[in-house]
Amino acid sequence: MSLDVLWFIIIAVFWTGFFVLEGFDFGVGVLHQVVGRTDTERRVAINAIGPLWDGNEVWLIVGGAAIFAAFPSWYATWFSAGYLALMLVIVALILRGVSFEWRAKLDTDRWRGTWSWALTIGSLLTPLLLGVALGDLLAGLPIDSSQEFTGTFWDLLTPYGLWLGLTLLVLCASHGATFLGLRTTGPVVVRSRELARRLGVPTLVCVAVYAVWTVAISDAGAWRILAAAVPVVAAAAAVVLVRAERGGQAFAASALTVGGVVAALFANLYPAVLVSSTSAANTLTVADTAASHYALTVMTWVAVAVFPLVLLYQGWSYWVFRARISAPPDPAGDTGQLRPAGRRPRG
Amino acid sequence: MDISQLDLSRLQFATTTIYHFLFVPITIGLAFLVAVLQTMWFRSQDPALRKLTRFFGRLLVINIAIGVVTGIVQEFEFGMNWSQYSRFVGDVFGAPLAMEGLGAFFLESTFLGLWLFGWDILPRRVHLATIWAVAFGAALSAGFIMAANSWMQHPVGYEINASTGRPELTSIGALFTNPVFVWGYAHVLLASLVTGTLLVLSVSAWQVRRGTSPEVFVRSMMLALALLLPVSAVTLGVGSHLGVIETTYQPMKVAAMEGQWDTCAPCSFSAAQVGGWTSDDQQATKIIEIPHLLSILATGSLDGQVVGLNELQAQYQQKYGPGDYIPNVFIQYWSMRVMAYLGSVLPLLGLWGLWLWRRHKLTSARLFLWVSTWAFLAPFAMNTAGWLLTENGRQPWVVQGLLRTKDGNSPSVSLAEVALSLGIFWVLYLALGAVWGFLMLRFARRPLDEDAEDPAAPDDPDSLFPRSPALTY
Repeated sequence: MSLDVLWFIIIAVFWTGFFVLEGFDFGVGVLHQVVGRTDTERRVAINAIGPLWDGNEVWLIVGGAAIFAAFPSWYATWFSAGYLALMLVIVALILRGVSFEWRAKLDTDRWRGTWSWALTIGSLLTPLLLGVALGDLLAGLPIDSSQEFTGTFWDLLTPYGLWLGLTLLVLCASHGATFLGLRTTGPVVVRSRELARRLGVPTLVCVAVYAVWTVAISDAGAWRILAAAVPVVAAAAAVVLVRAERGGQAFAASALTVGGVVAALFANLYPAVLVSSTSAANTLTVADTAASHYALTVMTWVAVAVFPLVLLYQGWSYWVFRARISAPPDPAGDTGQLRPAGRRPRG
Repeated sequence: MDISQLDLSRLQFATTTIYHFLFVPITIGLAFLVAVLQTMWFRSQDPALRKLTRFFGRLLVINIAIGVVTGIVQEFEFGMNWSQYSRFVGDVFGAPLAMEGLGAFFLESTFLGLWLFGWDILPRRVHLATIWAVAFGAALSAGFIMAANSWMQHPVGYEINASTGRPELTSIGALFTNPVFVWGYAHVLLASLVTGTLLVLSVSAWQVRRGTSPEVFVRSMMLALALLLPVSAVTLGVGSHLGVIETTYQPMKVAAMEGQWDTCAPCSFSAAQVGGWTSDDQQATKIIEIPHLLSILATGSLDGQVVGLNELQAQYQQKYGPGDYIPNVFIQYWSMRVMAYLGSVLPLLGLWGLWLWRRHKLTSARLFLWVSTWAFLAPFAMNTAGWLLTENGRQPWVVQGLLRTKDGNSPSVSLAEVALSLGIFWVLYLALGAVWGFLMLRFARRPLDEDAEDPAAPDDPDSLFPRSPALTY
């Protein structure tokens, strides 16, 4: 395999990993006001992703930076084409990021309510808009022969892109509900499981339509159809497993659904990286946007050396925070921290 | 005056970069100081040090939140506003950027989560290691970014591909041994330490002045003072050596920061001047001149020659064709002086504090405490000035000698789109800055009483649950 293909796969892995991981914390952000009626319940929901969301978001940062480094022209064309949409993504990510750290800093309803809404809106807009941006890669944008975008904001709203955005938003919500069903206790877990049940079928419908649409607009080959089928099967499995109250397996199925949706896009995109709707000759491909062999070699070595380590410590952080979050009445507690159930502080 | 998309894109990049760089040095510096405080607590088991760790840890978190999110903007903007630049430099510039994400940012953010939420879960030794990982990750992150930036100042380790006309990476090692990087990174790291140190000094001095737990806050003040003199003195030294390096590779930047139109040897340093900012107005009224000092600063020797702007302009025209190669002299001149003057005062503040410490007068020296309280403003001015000096001094180039700024923007993005986004950034950043300032002030001025969330706010009478601690959401 040549290095540019390898880096296309690495980038697909980063974007897939980003939606699998940050997907559930987007979902929790969208749903935390639904599953949590009181401030404490909302904090139970938010604290379930508290230690994890920041590390999850880095998958997006690296996914973006890797495109810059490995396929500079893809990065340049795609990011400048999506100018206004990405501007909104930035605003959404900013609102979300600060709301996590600042929400608890004042003890008034108005303050917390404001930041809760910032979290909700930020978590809602990001997967929706990024979904549209990813969908546009395959649906095609007006790109001229000098690799520049010639359209307007409205050209970004391709029907396929909008559908992928919607699909990812619904998926993130059900992924988040499934996650909370695993990671919380009390009223929050009851409402989360109920939500996960209700979201199952709409998710399955979204994914199924997406899969058919994807195969329809790309050159169908056996393995492409297979790639598009995986998330449909996984979404169906998630519906069954959620109903059977098999929390862990249901979460694995919803993770596979989210990952499958994003991976299917990249599988169907290759060898293009950004389709031109103006002319097939203007389509950006892996081969003609790739960085030099030396640059890719250097980055490959760095990725080989560092990435396993990242997986190791990020996996460890998931292990450390594996216990369910609860907010038991705890008059004896010295700090009243929303602590993982069944653990006592050591320090 | 006609405003172009390019002008607004530049203004937007300057706005977002300078804003981001208000918080980055605090994060790097404060993370280090919090790690030191926690290490001291780990060793001594003194509860007072635990309180200090959590107190300054809260300030760190308020700050990291905004630092991280404004950093994402920077990465996106390269592609959004500067597509021709990204296309041109991606092969070289992208590599350190990707390494930053993989090697540093993952580390910082994952371990920040572990540190924040791990207080009651992780063994103490492991928990201590997590804050060091955060501090290390933040410092490492700046390293990769500086390597990328230094390449724009002084491109190395590349070859121009004959068929595409774009630079291609030929030696990654060259990026990290680039003298502009080595000295620039050292300078940024040290300046960040100074920033963190001054913040701790300032907050501690305010608390001591107020008499809230002075016996505890005097300890964080002593930690800050132990660092301030050596660190600020070394920063000044490294910064001035960076000037010598830049004279070699970017003589235009240095000539502009001295407003030096004519070549001179030996050259005197003007402490302040009126006029002399443009090629039409080269005659400056110098207020105080110090003989030989400019030669020393720019070349490291007493009689060193500094090539003037006029001669450099002529050289550049010959080499790169017609055009104006002189950056904005006014900005260069004053940003250098803001940095140098404040930078020279800080070691004196450190010296003053150490002298009072020796005489056991730290808690009673009202004037010193007052000055220290306000000293936190200095690093903001200096960091911003340093950034202006570096980036403005490179103009009209975006990559020195290879690509002009005007050739780097995104052709597909309209003036209206950039105007809209710039407006959004201004409103959003002003609002965020106000909230950040409000929270920093509030938490910096709180008394040091255990881990209570907010003693001023009333209990929720309906809640059976005790108030939650500040370090959770």
